[in-house]
Amino acid sequence: MAAILRAPGLGAVWGTVRGLATAVRQAEPATAGLDAKQMNLCSAVNDALHIAMDENPKTLVFGEDVSFGGVFRCTVGLAEKHGKHRVFNTPLCEQGIVGFGIGAAAQGYSPIVEIQFADYIFPAFDQITNEAAKYRFRSGGEFDVGGLTIRTPYGAVGHGGHYHSQSPEAFFTHIPGIKVVMPSGPRETKGLLLSAIRDPNPVVVFEAKMLYRTAVEDVPTGDYSIPLGRARIARAGSDVTLVGWGQQVLVLEQAAKELAASDGIEAEVIDLRTLLPWDADAVAASVEKTGRLVVSHEAPLTSGFGAEIVAAISDRCFYSLEAPPLRIAGYDTPFPLVCEPLYLPGVQRVVDGVRRLLRA
Amino acid sequence: MDFPGGKVPFTEDLAWLGPGFTPRPTIPCYRALDSQGAPLPGTSLPHDIDQALATRMYETMISLQAVDTIFYEAQRQGRFSFYMTSTGEESTAVASAAALNPDDVVFTQYREQGVLMWRGYTPLDMANQCYGNALDSGKGRQMPVHYGSKALNFHTISSPLATQLPQAVGAAYALKLEGKAAVAACYFGEGAASEGDFHAALNFSATLSAPVVFICRNNGWAISTPASEQYRGDGIAGRGPSYGVPSLRVDGGDAVAVYNAVAEARRVALERRGPVLLEAMSYRSGHHSTSDDSSRYRAAEEMAAWRARDPVARFERWMAVRGWWDEARGVGARKAARREAIAALAAAAKQPRPPLSEMFSDVYDEPPPHLVAQRAEVEAFVRAHPETLPAGMPLE
Repeated sequence: MAAILRAPGLGAVWGTVRGLATAVRQAEPATAGLDAKQMNLCSAVNDALHIAMDENPKTLVFGEDVSFGGVFRCTVGLAEKHGKHRVFNTPLCEQGIVGFGIGAAAQGYSPIVEIQFADYIFPAFDQITNEAAKYRFRSGGEFDVGGLTIRTPYGAVGHGGHYHSQSPEAFFTHIPGIKVVMPSGPRETKGLLLSAIRDPNPVVVFEAKMLYRTAVEDVPTGDYSIPLGRARIARAGSDVTLVGWGQQVLVLEQAAKELAASDGIEAEVIDLRTLLPWDADAVAASVEKTGRLVVSHEAPLTSGFGAEIVAAISDRCFYSLEAPPLRIAGYDTPFPLVCEPLYLPGVQRVVDGVRRLLRA
Repeated sequence: MDFPGGKVPFTEDLAWLGPGFTPRPTIPCYRALDSQGAPLPGTSLPHDIDQALATRMYETMISLQAVDTIFYEAQRQGRFSFYMTSTGEESTAVASAAALNPDDVVFTQYREQGVLMWRGYTPLDMANQCYGNALDSGKGRQMPVHYGSKALNFHTISSPLATQLPQAVGAAYALKLEGKAAVAACYFGEGAASEGDFHAALNFSATLSAPVVFICRNNGWAISTPASEQYRGDGIAGRGPSYGVPSLRVDGGDAVAVYNAVAEARRVALERRGPVLLEAMSYRSGHHSTSDDSSRYRAAEEMAAWRARDPVARFERWMAVRGWWDEARGVGARKAARREAIAALAAAAKQPRPPLSEMFSDVYDEPPPHLVAQRAEVEAFVRAHPETLPAGMPLE
């Protein structure tokens, strides 16, 4: 699986494509008071990896091109600081990378493996779904590969086409035995990645590659973690609940701002953070309050994770819903290069969708 | 020419290399015994097998044959759903296991129960797993023959082919980092060697210098597909040097040769801190599994010819030549092994099933809320419809 786009800074034009400004956010109460500095998402990942390697000598970092710092520069300085036996390149083979990681994890190591693009994770799918996910269950708990963390950049960047843009998270939410995490910004990424690394289960972390360089915010410089399985209210509101994850959260926040300014609609934005297991309680509590649900993701509509959320919330909150839940997602086509701006569920599509929903 | 991959010489000849152009000689098959078990003079035998070791190897093979025979019949009687014999490959499993150290970490495919038996897994342990009862350490979650034991450094078997190969490489790398004088031993068939994971594993093992001993059981058949339709080139051993992995072909039906090959493989892997590849040539004398009838796709003559090379009989003759075994002791050992296998099945059949609650444990270290809810749901369902609970299964 060759990666064609290897230049860092893939997200440079994304902001203009989607009509979004570079994301700069203020510290939240959870991390307020900690020493912080401005970091982009790439530096936040790097920071987390340094902390993980410092605290546990059995932490390994490997994958394609990670030794010199990685094509996105997330692993810069790790090999120099922690040794080439712990931070190393592998041959170009995703099933080998994950399989090797499983074996090391089964021996008690904590491998953090990098799949260069989520679009290329599929050769490793068998190792993830049939091996890593079942290792504990099938052995009756005698063996496990809980030390395994798989990091992989996902999502649209403006010019990535079929194979540098996809959001394959839904495939992985269908796998009992793994956890799936999709952070929405630098501060979130560092805290969630550290939790994923320390979690005693195999975790797949999809990193929003468009945000590697474009998203900059205050990130605590020290160690902190954000619990898996718990959503975050990114913006409080009372009229409609917007649920997203990863870089789509920024789109929802932007749409919420526009709806407030132009229509006086107060949208509550929920950053799901973890998709497996997902925080149904948080979403249900919000929908009980607002009566309306919109789920939005870059991935194609059909069988996207939005379907799971809509089904579960329709079940739990049926009598609180004032309108049918709405999914605003990528269309059911392969990722279309030149039509990307219309394929993606951008701010305007979300705004239109919410307006329709509130008129209903 | 200096190339990032190494130095490459130049030539003025436009010359192809390989089949039809410059065929290379077939890698010979190392052996110590002839097809009937007579020792071959002049064989290189760097690792001695003394009488105590030989006796234990023989008895383990006898036990393996007894378990295979009895369990196969038990499956045919419908006592459990599935079984796989290792007939024809007993010496590959047992003699290789004997040459490993208990600290060596083993990854297998599914036809290597002899390795586990050598390490101390009993016929009763096997029966408990095949019945999926409350004493099965795998908690009744996998089909029969998917054994595993942390205490015996034997990773739990999974059905997907060749997935264990890159895992063994990662485990071997971890053993190396820890400074342990141990290898990962990884077993697979010649059919599995066609999977992508085989190529991934060989390449990773060489480039990352992992002390792994790959042991391919080339038994000629992948269900109904003969080895002749599985690959071109010189088998599996022929691939090793191309990956930078030292390789050896050995007669898998010759326990003395297998023992020496694996002991030597282990020594080389530890000394060079890198991989080695063995290809054990043998024959799957049984069906692929109890779900297969191999008479539909292979000749009776072929099967009869290979059965005449029974690896256990060959080893028995070698022991007899040394004065270490006689017919009467062999008959006695076989009877005892059959009794143990029958008793194991009888004992395992009496055990209850694992409780229903185990359906939801070990998916994660702790069940997340959705699994807690689903467990409550199925328990409520069972309370409403008690007849749906499988016989012999407690709730908790």
